[in-house]
Amino acid sequence: MSARGGAVLYDALGPRARRRVLLGSIGAGVVLALLVYVALRRFADNGQLDAERWELFTHGEVWRFLGEGLLNTLKAAALAMGFAVILGAVLALGRLARNKPTSWLTGGYVETFRAVPLLLLIFFTARLLPKYGINLDALWILVIALVVYNGAVLGEIFRAGILSLDRGQTEAAYAIGLGYWSAMLYVVIPQAIRRMVPALVSQLITLLKDTSLGFVLPYEELLRRAQIVGEVEPGSLLQGLLVAAAIYVAVNFSLSRLARWLEVRQRRRYRAGAVEVSGIEDLAVLEAQSEAAAGRR
Amino acid sequence: MDVVTSNLDDYASGFWVTIQLALVSYALALVIGTVVAIMRVSPIAPARAAGLAFVETVRNTPLPVLIVLFVFGFPKIGIRYSLFVSAIIVFSAYTGAFVSETIRSGINSVSRGQAEAARSIGLTFGQTLSQVVLPQAFRTVVPPLANLFIALTKNTSIAAAVAVAELTYRADQLNTATAQPIPVFLGAGVAYLVLTLPAGFVFGAVERRVAIKR
Repeated sequence: MSARGGAVLYDALGPRARRRVLLGSIGAGVVLALLVYVALRRFADNGQLDAERWELFTHGEVWRFLGEGLLNTLKAAALAMGFAVILGAVLALGRLARNKPTSWLTGGYVETFRAVPLLLLIFFTARLLPKYGINLDALWILVIALVVYNGAVLGEIFRAGILSLDRGQTEAAYAIGLGYWSAMLYVVIPQAIRRMVPALVSQLITLLKDTSLGFVLPYEELLRRAQIVGEVEPGSLLQGLLVAAAIYVAVNFSLSRLARWLEVRQRRRYRAGAVEVSGIEDLAVLEAQSEAAAGRR
Repeated sequence: MDVVTSNLDDYASGFWVTIQLALVSYALALVIGTVVAIMRVSPIAPARAAGLAFVETVRNTPLPVLIVLFVFGFPKIGIRYSLFVSAIIVFSAYTGAFVSETIRSGINSVSRGQAEAARSIGLTFGQTLSQVVLPQAFRTVVPPLANLFIALTKNTSIAAAVAVAELTYRADQLNTATAQPIPVFLGAGVAYLVLTLPAGFVFGAVERRVAIKR
């Protein structure tokens, strides 16, 4: 009975309701089939289904070209995530410090850079550095902007993770004689890290999506490479973009499956809820879902 | 700083475009999100499947890819709108997918007892949703919806990548003209803060007003 997504919005259906649902399903099915048909007709009428437009993708070099684009995307994401984690940890610990100026400064940094758009940061980095003679590769401009932004976001995730831990843990740590930093290192942080993993993976997915902004620099990631394919073969621009979108969906979908699996496993193993963090789309949804799960329990 | 003050009308016009993009897209996203959420919890299997397909596809595609696809790719199949309208369509669809997931979590968080009670006094699926479940669901998801609005406001900057004359685009142009990146982009950043901070307050006030007092 609970194989439905809608919980208890409708009873086990009686014969009349079943008939209505069947009619509704047939109707919806027809509407969907019609929409798909119209879309395909649109494609065909404008010649977008012609073999010659798709012929590109029978060549290995094109796939290798796009594959390198994907690799560049992953490279930028990995570098940015790595440095952002370090920066985020520093910011979180700084914000939690007992030293007021430290916590204010780090707090100011975090609130400022979480509130500005990433593209603005990318433009800013790209225009500012050359002015002072620092001429970096597009990769590093993108990574710097991503790190500045995601460092702030991760800082908040880490801080929320640390704060989500029971006060009792720190109190117990002090009670057995550990100092502030020992308590942090041996008691708080290891537990906090486990709680943060789903939110971290979620942020990694967001970061992967954000690397596509590099195409304005231009950094040769997947979107840019798809555009280049379209420039070389103007007839195949739409096809190239659709293939790039499909690749992104495949990669991000697998990552979000991983995130969901990690969260379920964490709930089961540690009976700890995922960290609730605010600020980004995926995290907003994650937050809503953990509230829903908490409300259900 | 004179760069900023002497170019206030550029900032203002970019700011105005950004506000329009944010508000209109958010309103549409709320509508789209509610419809898709209802589709995803309905007993009609094709509707559930379509909703799931929409959400998973749109959520997992980067927004720049979506916007480039819509602005440069779709004209090839005859779908061509002005840059501004295209941006609004893409932003509403993208944010709508996240809104639908948030609302769906909200629906699932309304305790079963509510829906069971609604059923036992004879309300239909539609009535249960509109009179009992959705009002409660909306009241609990105000904070995530606020975050989605703030995320959308920042996402509107992506329209600059396809030359929509909003705030980020104007800032970059101004910098090209004056070569003073620090004050120019600082001004743009402050302008975004002017948008997001009051939005946070407004949503906070809404949240306090509609909070379910337990």
